[in-house]
Amino acid sequence: MSLSIPHRRRSAPPARGPQPAGGNRLRGEDLTLAYDDRTIAEGLALDVPDGSFTVIVGPNACGKSTLLRAMARMLTPRQGRVLLDGQEIHGLPSKEVARRLGLLPQSATAPDGITVADLVARGRFPHQGLLRQWTPQDERAVDAALASTRVEDLADRSVDELSGGQRQRVWIAMALAQETPILLLDEPTTFLDIAHQIEVLDLCAQLHEEQGRTLVAVLHDLNHACRYATHLVALKDGAVAAQGVPSEVVTADLVEHVFGLPCVVIADPETGTPLVVPRARRRSPGAVPATPAP
Amino acid sequence: MSATTGLRPAPPGGTGVATRARRGGTWRAGRRVSVRVEGRALGVCVALAAAVVVVAVVSLTTGDYPLSVSEVARTLVGQGAPAQEFIVRGLRLPRVVTGLLVGAALGIAGAVFQLVTRNPLGSPDIIGFTTGAVTGALVVLLVLGGGSTDAALGAVAGGFVNAVVVYLLAARGGASGYRLILVGIGMTAVLGAVNSYLLTRADLPEAQSAQVWITGSLNGRGWDQAAPVGLGLAVLLPVLLASSRSLTLLDLGDDAARGLGVGVDRVRLTVLAAAVALTALAALAAGPVAFVALAAPQVARRLTGAVGSGLVAAGLTGSLLLLVSDLAAQRLFAPTQLPVGVMTGAVGGLYLAYLLAGQWRRGRG
Repeated sequence: MSLSIPHRRRSAPPARGPQPAGGNRLRGEDLTLAYDDRTIAEGLALDVPDGSFTVIVGPNACGKSTLLRAMARMLTPRQGRVLLDGQEIHGLPSKEVARRLGLLPQSATAPDGITVADLVARGRFPHQGLLRQWTPQDERAVDAALASTRVEDLADRSVDELSGGQRQRVWIAMALAQETPILLLDEPTTFLDIAHQIEVLDLCAQLHEEQGRTLVAVLHDLNHACRYATHLVALKDGAVAAQGVPSEVVTADLVEHVFGLPCVVIADPETGTPLVVPRARRRSPGAVPATPAP
Repeated sequence: MSATTGLRPAPPGGTGVATRARRGGTWRAGRRVSVRVEGRALGVCVALAAAVVVVAVVSLTTGDYPLSVSEVARTLVGQGAPAQEFIVRGLRLPRVVTGLLVGAALGIAGAVFQLVTRNPLGSPDIIGFTTGAVTGALVVLLVLGGGSTDAALGAVAGGFVNAVVVYLLAARGGASGYRLILVGIGMTAVLGAVNSYLLTRADLPEAQSAQVWITGSLNGRGWDQAAPVGLGLAVLLPVLLASSRSLTLLDLGDDAARGLGVGVDRVRLTVLAAAVALTALAALAAGPVAFVALAAPQVARRLTGAVGSGLVAAGLTGSLLLLVSDLAAQRLFAPTQLPVGVMTGAVGGLYLAYLLAGQWRRGRG
């Protein structure tokens, strides 16, 4: 595979720090996650394979976004620890973490009137200082981020004017400008129509394949997850119900167990990956094969 | 936007797209230093500073005893007649300097509050600092029977206590913008009721003098009032400017700012403490002057058109607003001197109505 977009690892060279033998760069161990007095998960472990496109799926309120926030240092676990390159992430300086691990949160808001280029340039913050606010490296990184998300032509437009799909690409560009080897995305396709969902996911897959970044995303759509993930993690009630390559782990039994949805799993005619087809319920209006009355 | 597929490969070096499309330019010194400068913001700041100087000079020349600019200039360098010395250096200059510093402190504090709460309504006026200061002053003036110096200390104490209470009540789950504002509005309502109660149970003359104090005034202000604000600005402004880059990133949302390596909670606590201190020092010098902290950052933002912290522009706008208001308050109904808070309240109230109407329209649109 050719690397058309060379990924600079200036901020996180592979040689940094001795990695524990066989350990991946980002791992969560024995995590107990809670908001105030509501416990979301106990004894949860997540190992993100290096270089993977890991997708976390699960029913609403299963703790998938909470897990992602803990892995990104947004939430301090009650118990257990998250390790980045073998070091406990909550003990590292914030800027240090931000040079190795990027996050696209669900809740990001663009300031009124900010231009695309200015927003994407904010992704350079962890590489900058009080007297080092815009270097040639910053410029290269922002240009590359604008180019690979195809928002170059929008660079001087105001973010408020953009469509939902364009705006999401701009946010991804901001995270890319951060130049982190690991990128976490919290439901990057929410609020997008189907074409833009696929567009954003194609972009993610491309970043993963061509730039060799490790991606971790929370997705709602199980079929999207099956199509794009190289490593799938299914959560249920704050515990990992199954994980692995989608074609090996996604079965009708698993979907029924995790989501409570009776279904059949067939091969996606486009990609051969698992395709989850919900079973038709007999009484649903509009169901064509009506059962003959006795 | 069509969902086209396929990526253009990125060019090996920078294409300069980002640099061209970003607002402003970069000032470089050597290989280590590169500082972003926005031309328009810089120009606006220079213009504001010039306007502040002009209004200050006009304030020094006007009054019951008019002086020419050259007389004022001579007096300032110590060559005026004794009467002019007294009027300019003893009365008008300290008043103008106090107004300038109080305006700057309020403008900067307002900008910080609005950035942290991500809301133009998140100013110290709205979230209860000012009302807390009034309560503190009233308790001193009416319940403990203190003088106006004690009242100033009471105001600072009241403002601080209320700020801490609001912060702690809003802090569960990370003191986000809306929580601060809503809790602040709640506390403002409670304290407003306390203030009314304190005023109704006071004697008429007492209530009258208290009312003047709590409106905020620059009448009879001297160097003793100016010095603490000046000192506070000298110490706190560098602290705020050093945090202003992180502060600017807070408007992306807490998670996004954290993701970029901003120590969100630390930054928020630092800048809020500094802003509360500035507001308190301003109240100490001039009483709780209304609406400068609300209006100045918004006006500055519209003038500069910049997406940034805009602390300096907000401070200069605050100075200008307060000096102009004070000039009007002194001369509009001369020889009757209005407290400056009446003017800023009137101007700021109109502006608040305009702002709310705009938000309401956007909210519906």
